[in-house]
Amino acid sequence: MWKRLRRKSPKGRQSIWQSEKTDGTAGRISDEIKRIFVLNRKERRGSSGRKSAVWTAFLLPSFLGVTVFVLIPFLDVVRRSFVTAVTQEWAGINNYRNVFENQAFRLAIHNTVRFTAVCLPLLIGLGLFLAAFLSRLKQIQFIKSLYLFPLAMPAATVVLIWKMLFSKQGFLNGALILPGVLPEGTLLDFMGTGASFWVLVFSYVWKNLGYTMVLWLAGIFAVPYDMSEAARVDGASERQVFWKVIFPNLKSSLYTITVLSFLNSFKVFREAYLVAGSYPHEDMYLLQHLFNNWFVNLELDKMAAAAVCVGTVLFLIILLLQKLWKV
Amino acid sequence: MGSKNRMKKKLQKALIKTVLLITGVLFCAPVLFLLSGSIMSRYELNQSLLPLMTGQEELITWVFFPRYPTFEHYMRILFQTPQFFVVFWNSMKMVCLILAGQFFIAVPAAWAFAVYSFRGRKFLFTLYIVLMLMPFQVTMLSSYLVLNRLEMLNTHGAIILPAVFSAFPVFLIYRDFCNLPKGLIEAARIDGAREWTIFCRIGLPLASGGILSAGVLGFLEYWSLIEQPLAFLEDQTLWPLSLYLPEIGPEQAGYSFVAAVITLIPAVFVFLTGREYLEQGITASAVKG
Repeated sequence: MWKRLRRKSPKGRQSIWQSEKTDGTAGRISDEIKRIFVLNRKERRGSSGRKSAVWTAFLLPSFLGVTVFVLIPFLDVVRRSFVTAVTQEWAGINNYRNVFENQAFRLAIHNTVRFTAVCLPLLIGLGLFLAAFLSRLKQIQFIKSLYLFPLAMPAATVVLIWKMLFSKQGFLNGALILPGVLPEGTLLDFMGTGASFWVLVFSYVWKNLGYTMVLWLAGIFAVPYDMSEAARVDGASERQVFWKVIFPNLKSSLYTITVLSFLNSFKVFREAYLVAGSYPHEDMYLLQHLFNNWFVNLELDKMAAAAVCVGTVLFLIILLLQKLWKV
Repeated sequence: MGSKNRMKKKLQKALIKTVLLITGVLFCAPVLFLLSGSIMSRYELNQSLLPLMTGQEELITWVFFPRYPTFEHYMRILFQTPQFFVVFWNSMKMVCLILAGQFFIAVPAAWAFAVYSFRGRKFLFTLYIVLMLMPFQVTMLSSYLVLNRLEMLNTHGAIILPAVFSAFPVFLIYRDFCNLPKGLIEAARIDGAREWTIFCRIGLPLASGGILSAGVLGFLEYWSLIEQPLAFLEDQTLWPLSLYLPEIGPEQAGYSFVAAVITLIPAVFVFLTGREYLEQGITASAVKG
């Protein structure tokens, strides 16, 4: 038992503890030194304004860029959401009303909500499931890499594979017919029917599972090893250790994983667009499709109103999640 | 603890490991398809993918070890398809310029947030995080408006410049700078080092992990960019690989497979060499500050 404990006690953790300690003392000492010397020197030079100029120099290029490329244009978008597209006359909330009455917008929102509602629990649950098992094994680098690999595969390179898998003549049909799930001779088209939604779900999980798993693993390994080992010594089973000791400590991980997975879910447009083009089956029609189509038709007023709405909703959701789970 | 119990535990672990390994390999299976397809002769490809091209109600077949392996498609793409090179270098140019730009813009910004305390720091930083979290759908129109005003639509600048000012690397590198012991910086100041020297000599080397993480994550992200070029680049000669690839029809399957493999090579190279930093980057983006 002791041998195991010693072997498994991670070295990294100890060094973190140590560095924290030294940080603390070093910080205190430097505060002292600062009080004695720096203030003295400052008085001597009389250059208290210099420091404020320095951070500006470091931050300014970035801030200017953000202002020019994001902040000012976004204010313009907000303004445009209240005026007409061509004549720029005041339109009140007309644009917003148009957007909400727009069938395509409703469809896109419906699909996006449905997609998130299915994918998030699925991805987060699967990731946790895998991470829980993986955290018990040794030498998991290789396995982790296998699951992370889809992250490195550009969506464009899998288009052909997806076609081979999910089209009418694809392998999935073959795999379903072989054990008799589907009767011989009926070929389902997974891309052109409601099943396309599930193709999208699959793509998303395939791409992001490794990412989520790594995040969960980081959370699990951050739980002090002594805690779980103590429970084990007291005779707790692995399952009990996980649910009673480790899981309650993963609250803050859950917050970040949810937010990141949520935001990554907006990128699934890539797969959808690549396999099905600008006008896919209606179950696959996402917000980005709609924005692109409005963009092509230069319906900027609708785009502005929709961008403001989506941005606000996202912002509120993130705030809400933070309120719910902030520890 | 009985030896029987221990045996059972060991067996259980081995079982878990095997299952995880097999699923993991399945996750990477698309690469095997691509590799085998890229060396398959045109005749063999035609035979296996025929139903896909003609739309017949018949299943396609596949062999992972082609009977007559050939490099004809590689030869064709390397020696007879100049447009592929144009597209490839478009992608390379955009990714490299974006990453270089981010290095010069984002690293100093992260340093400013991590090291100095100034009025409005918290507000600005929150602003950056909010921007980082906004998907392209929200920023698309604003990007268009400013790019239109600057007359940069349909140039590579339209993709590069907005990405250079992305808030994500700032956030990622900020985490690393925050871990620097404050005493170190103070000590350097007392020794008379200028702020710029401190940044170059202490900040950059000690935060190189975070910078590399941002680089690896950034490369993988920008190498497969779809939304931005789709919206802002009309001219096909300006397109990146990620847009060009799907344009190749199934009748040119061999060409398409090879193009996909070549697209994959830089991404896989970055993934394998930077795997450690990739993981660091992923976890760093999670720990909220």
